[in-house]
Amino acid sequence: MSVTAETTMEIAREEVSGSSRGYWHEVFRRLRRDPVAMACGTLILLLLAAVILAPWLALQDPVTGSMIQRLKPVGTPGHLLGTDELGRDMLSRLVYGGRLTLLLGLLPVLFAFAIGTALGVFAGYVGGIFNTVIMRVVDIFFAFPSILLAIAISGALGAGIVNSLVSLTIVFIPPITRVAESVTASVRSLEYVDAARISGAGPLTVVRVHVLGNVLSPIFVYATSLTSVSMILAAGLSFLGLGVRPPEPEWGLMLNTLRTAIYIDPLIAALPGVMIFLTSLCLNLLSDGLRSAMNVKD
Amino acid sequence: MTDQQGTDLNASPDRGGPAQPLVIARALKRYFPIRKGLFGRGKGAVQAVDDVSFTVRKGETLGIVGESGCGKSTTARLLVGLADIDSGDLIFDGDKLGATLTHRELWAGVQMVFQDSYASLNPRMTIEDTIAFGPKMRGVAAKQAHAAARDLLARVGLAPERFAGRYPHELSGGQRQRVNIARALAMRPRLIILDEAVSALDKSVEAQVLNLLADLKAEFGLTYVFISHDLNVVRFISDRIMVMYLGEVVEIGPVESLWKKRAHPYTAALFAAMPSMDPDNRTEVPPLAGDPPNPINPPSGCRFHTRCRFAEEVCATMKPAARPVDGEAAHMAACHVLDPRSGHTMAGAPGLETADA
Amino acid sequence: MRETLLEISGLNVRFSGARTVHAVNDLSLSLDTGEVLTILGESGSGKSVTLKALLRLLPEKRTAIGGSMKLDGIDVMGLKGRALSDYRGKTVSMIFQEPALALDPVYTIGDQIAEAVRRHTGASRAQAMDVALDMLKRVRIPSAEQRLRNYPHEMSGGMRQRAMVALALACRPRLLLADEPTTALDATVQIQVLLLLRELQKEFGMSIIFVTHDIGVAVEISDRIAVMYAGNIVEEGSAAEIIRDPRHPYTRGLLAANLHDAERGSRLEAIPGSPPPLATKPDHCSFAPRCPHVTPACLKALPPVFRPGPRRRVACVLGERAFTTAQQVPVHEAAQ
Repeated sequence: MSVTAETTMEIAREEVSGSSRGYWHEVFRRLRRDPVAMACGTLILLLLAAVILAPWLALQDPVTGSMIQRLKPVGTPGHLLGTDELGRDMLSRLVYGGRLTLLLGLLPVLFAFAIGTALGVFAGYVGGIFNTVIMRVVDIFFAFPSILLAIAISGALGAGIVNSLVSLTIVFIPPITRVAESVTASVRSLEYVDAARISGAGPLTVVRVHVLGNVLSPIFVYATSLTSVSMILAAGLSFLGLGVRPPEPEWGLMLNTLRTAIYIDPLIAALPGVMIFLTSLCLNLLSDGLRSAMNVKD
Repeated sequence: MTDQQGTDLNASPDRGGPAQPLVIARALKRYFPIRKGLFGRGKGAVQAVDDVSFTVRKGETLGIVGESGCGKSTTARLLVGLADIDSGDLIFDGDKLGATLTHRELWAGVQMVFQDSYASLNPRMTIEDTIAFGPKMRGVAAKQAHAAARDLLARVGLAPERFAGRYPHELSGGQRQRVNIARALAMRPRLIILDEAVSALDKSVEAQVLNLLADLKAEFGLTYVFISHDLNVVRFISDRIMVMYLGEVVEIGPVESLWKKRAHPYTAALFAAMPSMDPDNRTEVPPLAGDPPNPINPPSGCRFHTRCRFAEEVCATMKPAARPVDGEAAHMAACHVLDPRSGHTMAGAPGLETADA
Repeated sequence: MRETLLEISGLNVRFSGARTVHAVNDLSLSLDTGEVLTILGESGSGKSVTLKALLRLLPEKRTAIGGSMKLDGIDVMGLKGRALSDYRGKTVSMIFQEPALALDPVYTIGDQIAEAVRRHTGASRAQAMDVALDMLKRVRIPSAEQRLRNYPHEMSGGMRQRAMVALALACRPRLLLADEPTTALDATVQIQVLLLLRELQKEFGMSIIFVTHDIGVAVEISDRIAVMYAGNIVEEGSAAEIIRDPRHPYTRGLLAANLHDAERGSRLEAIPGSPPPLATKPDHCSFAPRCPHVTPACLKALPPVFRPGPRRRVACVLGERAFTTAQQVPVHEAAQ
């Protein structure tokens, strides 16, 4: 009997640990069993659907109001969530405002994710002098609190949606770069990267095939946790008059202009803040759920 | 890119003939600087491998033993080109690395199996993709590479129809190490470095993998460098054994000869430290006291003199050269006692330890 | 005049969670005062779980423990609160494979030992420090006065392991549990720690349960050896009996795999396959799927337990008689 046949038999007696599944398949299976993450995910999806489909939702005009309809309370017929200080429909403004707020929450993080990952993976994989230069520059940005940095950059660039996007992107590049660098450096020291190198693959191939696949998900999870911060910062910039300008609806800006109404109808005045709070909470919980679901090994 | 475009990989040809050693390591040195401070200014260095010379003959298994910090793993990484050589020459089948041999060419002939079977497999790749990756990098068409990967899986005892599509976390430690062996074999190397490749496995699984390694060696005409801390395993698998201590080679020789006579006091201590297998004859006195010293600032002269019970003044001041033991050129040890002109009072004595002392 | 210190009977440990694992199955074991017993087994055999169960260290939420454990008259399963914390450390203590993880990195070695002494004996700070110094000397740590003020990271691996032994023995426990304490050490350091444990055991008259996967280590340290497989003891006897007259096929396989006297270049008698996952409680011999001597009876019911001598047992249908050369021949052929 040949030796091969013998060893095959040895193994054949071993227990089969179920059929194999892809990594993402496994992640979604685990995510589905997490009720908190699923509830938050559903809420975020509903919100996204609402803001994307806003023009087709038969809402009232969010920009034009009526002076006689000012500050109607929640539950007024025709104005389900009442009206604001200029008599504009709150429900409509909240949905349209969500468009900008979510855009300013997601886009800067997305841009920073792309740029920060590239910088961090490069610094972590190549190491040496490149690593020192990139990471020291990142450290300098880290010396400033993120809100101050955002205000300073926005102040220098001037108010506006595009400038808000730029300043928030710059704010989020350093933390993402740092996370990307540290996970890349730890993957870099793993032996499968050595094994790939001695198979003759060039550095770019090693990074693309063996490093990126294993660092993207932790960086991505970290980035999702930044979306809520980004949203709050964007709202903050608008609140300070450095972001979106009136009459464009945006949650932070709405919070600002409704300040004066806080003694007349506190509920209406609080609504944009409640939306910011709920959305960022859901984003955070979803990101937590994603983090534990991606930890497939345990 | 390569001349094997689209076909199976072939082992790189034997160029130097049977008499040419497969590997000649000449005065290899590798220090790791210890980085401190803002700009990483050096503050001393770990002398991981210092002036290490040896050869690996074609078709043999060279075992390397030693304790933590002795430089055996760094030696392995130097041999496979994963660590840069500070000074010294690495000659693979007559070609010197960096002169007539590129790293890429070296990797066509040398592969490595690592200790941690999990960390050496990409968790996001199926094992078939992992095995086929290397050959594809060398220009083999995907279809052939995958067919060859499945053949190799069968060859290392993992039925491809059940295992090919699995991910590393779905395998046991022994199965993962079989995959790592198959991945190394896929490159059709002539030399495989096994760095503590069976150390993390359970004893019963270790025996299976050792049997597999012996079969593969015969079938593919391989040469092994087998690194382990387990003397029983090294004795079983090796033709020659090299003993390292704090970055230096203290003794090297054929297994039988070394087992009969441990010429260097450190080798003797290492052997004596093996647990006894006789309940009525247990070890009574530890052969050495204390831990191995730190390789950052190794002792002067003979690096073993701080723990050696035969140490004299000369040992602290002069580095001993390797000398043949009992006139046998294949068996060399670096100890002043073996050198009649060293000035050591025991120099020229018939030897310190004999088997089963 | 042997006096039983520990009596475990019918111990069962089941972990539930994502997967159910029957880690320990109907394990019974007894240990005398002043005796050193080694539990020998591979990863997943349940040897470490048994030690943790004995210290009541298993997470209560996800673990179901059954059976009884009596140590020195104490019902271990019934311990609560203050009695439990007295029991841990004063009656039983444990040393681990990784002293770097078991010692607290932010306190000096002296403070850690003194703190344990004060907690269990109510000694003053100065008295406790004296005990700590005495313990460091007993574990042969050179220049003990200075080492008292060292943090764990300032010590080498062997020194840290000695410090952990000193910490574990500071309150003179009746029983020391040792979970692979020498596995991470270099060979020349391992033998030093083994000999030290042997000496301290005689000096203090305590009992030791030593867990390892290395037969050589077991022979060096123990009076008796219990071989564990799939959550139960398959063979037990004196060290000499296990080494010279192994009767369970698994014990024989382990001995062969040790390579101590394997002929170079020969084929090893490897045990095929790997241990069972223990998702269900074994209802037949767990080793049967890997056994070269398997009979239909092995797959039908749990194996009978033979007791060929005092305090000797073998859980195998073939356990009645010693293996003869005639029986060894088929083993060899099976491996070829």
